[in-house]
Amino acid sequence: MNKSDSSHAFTPELARSIYRKAYLINRTDQRFRAMLTNGELAVAYYPVRGQEVTAAAAMSALQPEDYLVTTYRGLHDSLAKGIPSRLLWAEFAGKRTGTCKGKGGPMHITYPPTGVMVTTGIVGSGIPIANGLAMAAQIRGENRVAVASFGDGASNIGAFHEALNMASVWKLPVVFLCQNNQYAEHTTLAAGTSVTSIAERAAGYGMPGVSCDGLDPEMMYQTMAAAVARARAGDGPTLVEAHTYRLQGHIFGADYSYIPKEELKAAEERASMMRLRQRISERQVTESDLAQIEQEVDAEIEDAVAFALKSDPPDPDEIRFDIYETEQAA
Amino acid sequence: MSGKTISFGQALNAALDDAMADDGNVMILGEDVADEQGGGVFKVSKGLSSKYGTSRVRSTPISEQAILGAAVGAAIIGMRPVAEIMLMNFITVAMDQLVNHAAKLRFMSGGQTNVPLVVRTTTGAGVGFGGQHSDMLEAWFAHVPGLKIATASNPADAYGLLRSAIDDEDPVILIENITHYGMTGPAPEAGYRVPLGKAAIAREGRDVTLVTYGRGVGDSLKAASLLADEGIAAEVIDLRTIAPWDEQAVFASVAKTKRAVIVHEAVRPFGAGAEISARIHEELFSDLLAPVQRVASYPSPVPFAKPLETAFLYSVDDIVRAAHATTDKAINS
Repeated sequence: MNKSDSSHAFTPELARSIYRKAYLINRTDQRFRAMLTNGELAVAYYPVRGQEVTAAAAMSALQPEDYLVTTYRGLHDSLAKGIPSRLLWAEFAGKRTGTCKGKGGPMHITYPPTGVMVTTGIVGSGIPIANGLAMAAQIRGENRVAVASFGDGASNIGAFHEALNMASVWKLPVVFLCQNNQYAEHTTLAAGTSVTSIAERAAGYGMPGVSCDGLDPEMMYQTMAAAVARARAGDGPTLVEAHTYRLQGHIFGADYSYIPKEELKAAEERASMMRLRQRISERQVTESDLAQIEQEVDAEIEDAVAFALKSDPPDPDEIRFDIYETEQAA
Repeated sequence: MSGKTISFGQALNAALDDAMADDGNVMILGEDVADEQGGGVFKVSKGLSSKYGTSRVRSTPISEQAILGAAVGAAIIGMRPVAEIMLMNFITVAMDQLVNHAAKLRFMSGGQTNVPLVVRTTTGAGVGFGGQHSDMLEAWFAHVPGLKIATASNPADAYGLLRSAIDDEDPVILIENITHYGMTGPAPEAGYRVPLGKAAIAREGRDVTLVTYGRGVGDSLKAASLLADEGIAAEVIDLRTIAPWDEQAVFASVAKTKRAVIVHEAVRPFGAGAEISARIHEELFSDLLAPVQRVASYPSPVPFAKPLETAFLYSVDDIVRAAHATTDKAINS
């Protein structure tokens, strides 16, 4: 990778692309929650409202062939890494036309064509797996980077610590993206975590740790792009902490009255799409550009919803397949 | 077979060496596996990092979750990692990667990814390691759809099973017995394969079937010799693959002998023997001349002191007695 490719300029084109991703995430999350509310769908869902910009900007620092391992609160990452809306919606709805034929569901999205290799429902478990993707790239001499995306709560589980140590020892081309949304399930960062900044933990593993405002598209993008460039250059891993916010309960429908009202109000303001729109429009992106993006995305989502709803569920007989390469006697 | 003799340890080393020579995607990771750290605590990977480099033969930190997680990640993009988890009990701190990820990613991804990894691990009672270094945990893994578990009873099978495990498109746990490494036997030809899921008849007989695997095969063959002295012809089935196991081979043998004893080193309750016994009863109930017997270790933690460890482990005499139970019952009925 040459120098000019690794410059991290926040161009109008990039601003438009990040806005498109963030708007897509926001409206998909909103539409999905509405369908859960009115009973059109009934599935466990971990809302991403508040974290749209974080994923949109961070994933924009990756190439399509770069790998992503994300977590059950991963709709934003999946969309930002380019999974087509139709396939994602169909999987969320448990249809045979989904990314995983309806066998994975919202917590277990995989889509190799855009580098989404694993979505895990086990907190922190994707972090060692991202190391393996990076290790393979390193052995093969490929120019790919792997990203592990996880929350602040995951930084308290053993897999995080084992994986960061190993990645540092082996100088793996991996970026650890901690989306610090301030809550591990119902527990605040202060109540469950020994440090006030997750990025501080990097020092214990001999790697750089960088904190940024994950709701600022430019800062998020540039912080991530620098970490990705470092990994790609063979200089090893970085722990990136994106300060973001979870504006909903842990799981859709759950009570979140434990979040102080003033705190929530301030976060809603910081994470609002209006605010993002304003910031993006300061980057030579015109009102008509933004309106066109919104119109296109709205149409894309309606098309995806219709596709998901009209698709067939998997045939019950499908349970026999994909357990092993060849079917075993049951 | 080549006419030469080889030990278990040498057979496993040769299998890794030949697999790495054949396929650049085969790699090894585990604690102390590179030559600078001794080529593995049991020397199974000795010489390989010098030959193939420390990128493909990686000594790791003592971090089993990170080892198996890295193996999962590499496997889903087509590497063929062979992870050494020194002792089977240490897998317990990394169960998540095997049970929630290696076993399930093929299914949960709708077949978009698969996890062709191998976990080599050793264990076994009888050498005084006590409660946390000796357990046979194969039934834990056999209970998880998506995993395969195999174990060899002789060096040639160790070579052939490891080669097949590396070839396989699904995750395979290969259990080695700590008492086996120095044991010798006929050396296989390079490239020999033992197909997964296929049992072998280690000794033919018509009166009672001894179904076993791993260390139990040698002990069952000894028991079969003692039984032969009494005029009882025992057939010994070496399962080789514990999951998915070769039901047809077992059913064919028991249909012939009408009596079965299952022998394993793992403790009896909820062990592999329970499933095998249940399946024999389901398929061959009306053919059986006696209830299926199980020989297994005593359901305690593996003890340290020799008299206790001896009391824990099943014995050859236990196998003979269990065979007698099937034949006596047949005579009494």
